[in-house]
Amino acid sequence: MVGEVKINMISESVAEFRTERIEIKEEYKRFVGRKMLFIFSSLILIFVIAGISATLGSYPITVMEVYSIIWHGIPKILKNADFIISHGVNEFFREHFTTKEVVVWNLRLPRILMGVLAGIGLAVAGVVMQGILRNPLASPYTLGISSSAGFGAALAIIYGAGLTWIGVKYLVIMNAFLFALIPAFVIVALTRFRGASPETMILAGIAMMYIFSGFLHLMYYFTEPDAMKEAYFWMVGSLGRASWENVPLVLFMLFLCFPLLIWKSWDLNVMQAGDESAKSLGINVERTRIFTMMIACLLTASIISFVGCIGFIGLVAPHICRIVIGADNRFLIPASAFFGASFLLGMDTIGRTIIAPVIIPVGVMMDCIGGPFFLFLLMKRRREFW
Amino acid sequence: MKLKVRDVEFSYASIPVLKDVCLELAESEILSIVGPNGAGKSTLIRCIDRILAPEKGAILLDGKDIKKLSRMEIARKMGYVPQNASQTFPATVFDIVLMGRRPHISWRSNEEDIEKVMQALQMLNIEELAMRDINELSGGQKQNVFIARALAQEPEILLLDEPTSNLDIRHQLEVMDIIKNVVREKEISAIISIHDLNLAARYSDRIIMMNNGRIFAAGNPSSVLTRENIEYAYGVEAVVNNYNGIPYIIPVAPVQDIKERDSENRREVLV
Repeated sequence: MVGEVKINMISESVAEFRTERIEIKEEYKRFVGRKMLFIFSSLILIFVIAGISATLGSYPITVMEVYSIIWHGIPKILKNADFIISHGVNEFFREHFTTKEVVVWNLRLPRILMGVLAGIGLAVAGVVMQGILRNPLASPYTLGISSSAGFGAALAIIYGAGLTWIGVKYLVIMNAFLFALIPAFVIVALTRFRGASPETMILAGIAMMYIFSGFLHLMYYFTEPDAMKEAYFWMVGSLGRASWENVPLVLFMLFLCFPLLIWKSWDLNVMQAGDESAKSLGINVERTRIFTMMIACLLTASIISFVGCIGFIGLVAPHICRIVIGADNRFLIPASAFFGASFLLGMDTIGRTIIAPVIIPVGVMMDCIGGPFFLFLLMKRRREFW
Repeated sequence: MKLKVRDVEFSYASIPVLKDVCLELAESEILSIVGPNGAGKSTLIRCIDRILAPEKGAILLDGKDIKKLSRMEIARKMGYVPQNASQTFPATVFDIVLMGRRPHISWRSNEEDIEKVMQALQMLNIEELAMRDINELSGGQKQNVFIARALAQEPEILLLDEPTSNLDIRHQLEVMDIIKNVVREKEISAIISIHDLNLAARYSDRIIMMNNGRIFAAGNPSSVLTRENIEYAYGVEAVVNNYNGIPYIIPVAPVQDIKERDSENRREVLV
């Protein structure tokens, strides 16, 4: 009798144990499901905001007209693909499109696309940098990328002013891109001698930031106000320079870098546990850190050389996503990418319309609206996240 | 022999930390490393896991030099539980333990990995913590999580760096019991660096005692934990009693001339 009771108790506790185990698995799967839902919703949000953004602007075109122009534009472009390749996209617009069509296809669409691509790239670079450096403050600013790119652009704007307008345009982009890569190379070179610790990297980045902003201010000091203003506005960052010529380049860089970073995302997670633990789990910590760092810097450089320094998105988008879905980089990287894209595009849409026809650069909107929004989230969050 | 350490030497910024260290680890054996602070216990464990690279000597795992193995290969054989692991950004206990599967899979975790994580959590009896954030846990709970992660690695050797140092007496016994059970059940070996001589005496098959980067006593607990050895290594006068055949140490007082002797030792090491 007693034995029977005992057996019953044991089988009961085993059954209880099994259900508990299934429950934890279910809970984990729901947890993963919630993250996937956030990623998916952010992706949808991009299309929604892009759809709204395309209809807004100072040139009066109705909502239905915009969509009909986009809809009918696609076959027109496909039909004239040969002409576009031989004569260039601008020639094609001039010959085959009405003014309204040009406004939508050549002004609004590249701007929207560039906003999406820049948002994805800068947010992803931000997540990765914060992860590698194990520092919630890491962003293109803290690594000196923004100020070195700014210095490169100012050098071209102020001293390359004798060249033609087209020439200057490319000179600025090339200069910004090459200078933006300098901090990355200095940091990597330094880590060869001093070891790739996050502290060394971030301090080297901060030093670089001061060096380049020092040079930049020195240059401002001896410059005419007009040239200075242009250089200064380049630093602020805007989507106004987006065109069908530079969108494909940024798209190409994203296609190159994004999969590599996703591939390394779990290793980045493991590295959050500290170098020792990561090594004991089989990660080549130094090599992974340098590799992901170079990819993130390359991505940042290729974007900010076209749009200027929209640095804040790289800090804010990852943190907002971290508040919602946690710090698992396998989910955080795509989530920040899509959320960053919708956020940047949203800010640009507001900046374009709020006091139209004057366009407020997206960099300014980002700081003025994104900043307070971020503060609000910091106060509202339920627990510590970093 | 599962693991052999041969004549290993290591120094931090040219200050020698390990000198001529040799040891052997048998299959399903618990080996404890004891010795005063700065004796080189943690450094030795890190060298064994190739977190640090020794300047001289070799570490052979199943007869193969670990220098010739990749990090992943080492990680599939040895699991390491650091003394105080930190986590910068938040992560759930489940995800932390899942990282132990990294040496076996490259990116996507499947049903089997989730099952392995569940087994590791169950072994440490921390399933109810699965969805909690690691940074919200107590020291003892964190310790268990990191041991679970090392178990999810399915290692043949478990390396633990002072696993009991931050724990109360109940948790100390629980953690040591868990380690002992795991070693018996999975037929793996463990190397534990530990300060508590009584825990070491009770749970180890063998003990090595280190001082100033050298091993100067090795063997079963009663042959290593003698009054003379403790006085020599720690500079502490101790009473060694016997409790159910296990040596039982009561520290009495620090020996006065320890500084003198230590400086002699240091000179010896530098020469």
